[in-house]
Amino acid sequence: MAASKRTVLQFSSSQTLSGKVHPLVIFNICDCYVRRPDQAERVIGTLLGSVLPDGTVDIRNSYAVPHNESVDQVALDIEYHHNMLLSHQKVNPKEVIVGWYSTGLGVTGGSALIHEFYSREVSNPIHLTVDTGFADGEGAIKAYVSNNLSLGDQQIAAQFQEIPLDLRMVEAERIGFDNLKSTSVDKIPSDLEGMEASMTHLLALVDDTYKYVDDVVEGRVDPDNKIGKCISDVVGSLPKIPSLAFDKLVNDSLQDHLLMVYLSSITRTQLGLAEKLNTAAQIL
Amino acid sequence: MATTTATRSFLQAVATEEVATPLRVVQTEGLVILKIIKHCKDHSPSLVTGQLLGLDVGSVLEVTNCFPFPMREEDEEIEADGANYQLEMMRCLREVNVDNNTVGWYQSTLLGSYQTVELIETFMNYQENIRRCVCIIYDPSRADQGVLALKALKLSDSFMKLYRSNNFTGEKLREKNLSWVDIFEEIPIKVSNSALISAFMTELEPDTPVTRCDFDRLQLSTSSLMERNMEF
Repeated sequence: MAASKRTVLQFSSSQTLSGKVHPLVIFNICDCYVRRPDQAERVIGTLLGSVLPDGTVDIRNSYAVPHNESVDQVALDIEYHHNMLLSHQKVNPKEVIVGWYSTGLGVTGGSALIHEFYSREVSNPIHLTVDTGFADGEGAIKAYVSNNLSLGDQQIAAQFQEIPLDLRMVEAERIGFDNLKSTSVDKIPSDLEGMEASMTHLLALVDDTYKYVDDVVEGRVDPDNKIGKCISDVVGSLPKIPSLAFDKLVNDSLQDHLLMVYLSSITRTQLGLAEKLNTAAQIL
Repeated sequence: MATTTATRSFLQAVATEEVATPLRVVQTEGLVILKIIKHCKDHSPSLVTGQLLGLDVGSVLEVTNCFPFPMREEDEEIEADGANYQLEMMRCLREVNVDNNTVGWYQSTLLGSYQTVELIETFMNYQENIRRCVCIIYDPSRADQGVLALKALKLSDSFMKLYRSNNFTGEKLREKNLSWVDIFEEIPIKVSNSALISAFMTELEPDTPVTRCDFDRLQLSTSSLMERNMEF
């Protein structure tokens, strides 16, 4: 059997990657875009983050890199890129390059060159595009991985394949995020106001569930067994004691806790004072 | 021959001392807050610091960007490294048109204890070079309860004058009626965002109210807080 000499168009397989983006990265990109020099049409920068053990890429930070772009060539300030990388790694050595970003919709020819540069630094970099021009009427944030299309030994093109992207927010960031949505917030909401907001949310949810149950009972909505089971589980997990006793229970435990905290801080102050007095007495 | 108060001769304008308008509000960008949250949370429970950059405009101190400081070992030669890092960062940020002007620093704290001697000394150091500087304190442990614990502090003028005069004794403090509450002044923080970012944020906001719940703050358990309090 003669060895087949047919050249086949090979698509190098890409593992199903997905990406997670922290909102800080989006903020950074928007800020850099707003501050870009006048003649630049788009902003290019590096993405930092880590690769999680299950294969998803976690994008946590980013910085802009100055570049020059013309019709047929792209020049990227490599030294700046390395300097910033070193500075960032001094603070957070766990964040490594995971890809690069650019503003503007879609992937252009110049992007392929930049992507090649980044693939020399990191294997399989992610290319994130943030559409700041709102071309489709919505700000699309897309992530791509590139596959090299090769015919036998020769490389023809790089195909950018989109991967699913997830906006991931850690708890602390979510709180900050809620406050930051509007163009200006006059003051950061205090404890009580935040508590009030959460309570109203909770009440709204309870109202919704109530309405849903009513609708099902009256036959307006088809019952969904899974939801019904969830609701009955939740209701069943509440302790069956009269509300007065429940109040008393909560208040009593709260007061016990406060008493403990008070006692411990008294002890601590006492110890601190005693120490000061002792050392002062020794000096004298 | 009535002299109008509206026009002053150049000599008069120069002669009258410029009265600095008191600082009323610190206006930060959302980006700065997110960066501070991320940096403090990544390294908690150890305490971290960073530099704030921005502009000083009238009675508003605008903070437009910030960058974190690396953790410092207690080593002499690393001192020069720290200064180098700062210069390098400022230079790089200048190239991308970020405001290059230091307006203060931020630090994280644990369980709300931040009033230390080091804080006052750092304030003094900064005040030598910058007319108006502010310190932003962030407490990452409160984020579990759903509170954005962010505070902007400034040393009060009377305290600063007294400290500088090298005559820092108990009698002087009593004379000037300065007690521990007068040392720091808290300044309200206002958050502003560019329109582009707000557009993106509304886009990214999850649609259903179900996913928007932040019910962790409604949790009644206090065991971890109790443990920390009893530790000392």
